[in-house]
Amino acid sequence: MSNCFEAIVIGASSGGLEAFYKIFSKFHEDFSIPIFLVQHIKEGSDNYYVQHINRASSLDVLEAVDKIKINRGKAYVAPPGYHLLVEDKTSLSLSADPRVNFSRPSIDVLFDSAAHVYKDKVIGVLLTGANSDGALGIKKIHDLGGYTIVQNPETALSSEMPRSALAITKVDEVLELDQIASRLNQLDGGNNVK
Amino acid sequence: MEDEKKDNLALQCLLDIVEKIYGYDFHEYANASLRRRVTGFMLDHKFDTYLQLADRLLYDEGLFEVFLRQMSITVTEMFRDPEFYKSFRENIIPKLKTYPYIKVWHAGCATGEEVFSMAILLHEEGFLDRATIYATDFNQVALECAKTGIYDASNVKQYIENYNKAGGTSGLSEYYTSSYNAVKLRDFLKRRITFANHNLAVDRSFGEMNVILCRNVLIYFNKNLQNQVLKLFRDSLCHKGYLCLGSKETLRFTEVENDFEVVDEKYRIYQRKS
Repeated sequence: MSNCFEAIVIGASSGGLEAFYKIFSKFHEDFSIPIFLVQHIKEGSDNYYVQHINRASSLDVLEAVDKIKINRGKAYVAPPGYHLLVEDKTSLSLSADPRVNFSRPSIDVLFDSAAHVYKDKVIGVLLTGANSDGALGIKKIHDLGGYTIVQNPETALSSEMPRSALAITKVDEVLELDQIASRLNQLDGGNNVK
Repeated sequence: MEDEKKDNLALQCLLDIVEKIYGYDFHEYANASLRRRVTGFMLDHKFDTYLQLADRLLYDEGLFEVFLRQMSITVTEMFRDPEFYKSFRENIIPKLKTYPYIKVWHAGCATGEEVFSMAILLHEEGFLDRATIYATDFNQVALECAKTGIYDASNVKQYIENYNKAGGTSGLSEYYTSSYNAVKLRDFLKRRITFANHNLAVDRSFGEMNVILCRNVLIYFNKNLQNQVLKLFRDSLCHKGYLCLGSKETLRFTEVENDFEVVDEKYRIYQRKS
């Protein structure tokens, strides 16, 4: 890839914890593109799932606080009860605005803000889920020139979320869960070649 | 010029008009959530561009009222982040009880759910009559709603759960009456609350406070405005006064970081150094 990606956004709903665990355990050690992540989760939950993903990964996975600085080699997780947005290329912000698609954090909100800031320099990844959050977001990323990957709905734990995205967008790749980490590793490698 | 710069220019133009005509300054709001709220409003009201909206707002005061509401809708609940209230009860209340009289400023109180939560907490600690709570917001519609103390009954189950987790010593139902689809908080809770219109982005301090609560408001501001407002809070607190932020807001890396001690890092309770 000649394109040099500056960020990855990933979203999932039901089945997501397992999917994230699998993906994050396979990132290569010096993975450098910053990752922003939304997992639908009950408001008021503690951050056990952040620790869970962090333990699986060589990356530093942490819960985002407002205006947190974006660093390479780190993954930032939306806190329960807040939308996570890309403020600019150096920082993230939070909002307590109403739920979107019955969700807060919402995948659409993150993806839309990432598309706006990064244009063709962002990779959007949509995983398993039993609702249609993320479909409009992945379309926005695609429309602004970003790279889009959706998990194969046939083999996803919950198929509705990837299916809804595929129904409205011709994404770049539909991949099995097992293939996603290695694909991202390749795309990250392309970065280093630059 | 790139499209993005043009797009930004148009948005700034819209914000200029809002500021100059109506006196509300959104220039220093956080980009991402500001853009989302404005474009959401445009979608609902069928505007294609920032300039179309700006053009209408020039003359249409009625539309501005609706716009302003959209620009400040935040969602809160009674005893939001119950563990914060628990920590406040355990760590702060005993210190406050050493004062004969305290002043509490709830900055950006929106529709007031958290103000009544604090009033209930102070009441249960036998302390409400020695307190004055100033509840302020720049959104008059939200403030009017707060003044009524009337809330949708469908949320009450969540409020009760929160109240219990927050260490409530009675039952939440002690504090409201139900009718139809609404609950009304009991009037005695309001006796010590003064509601007032105050815009953190432009208005000044009003007095020496023992406690300032400003939870999930600063997330809507950019770093500049955050620092400006945090200095306003610092200067509005008495020595050893407490500042309480939202659970994902932090004083770390702000310009007032060294002016405060951390009382509870997890639930964002800070104390002004003397």
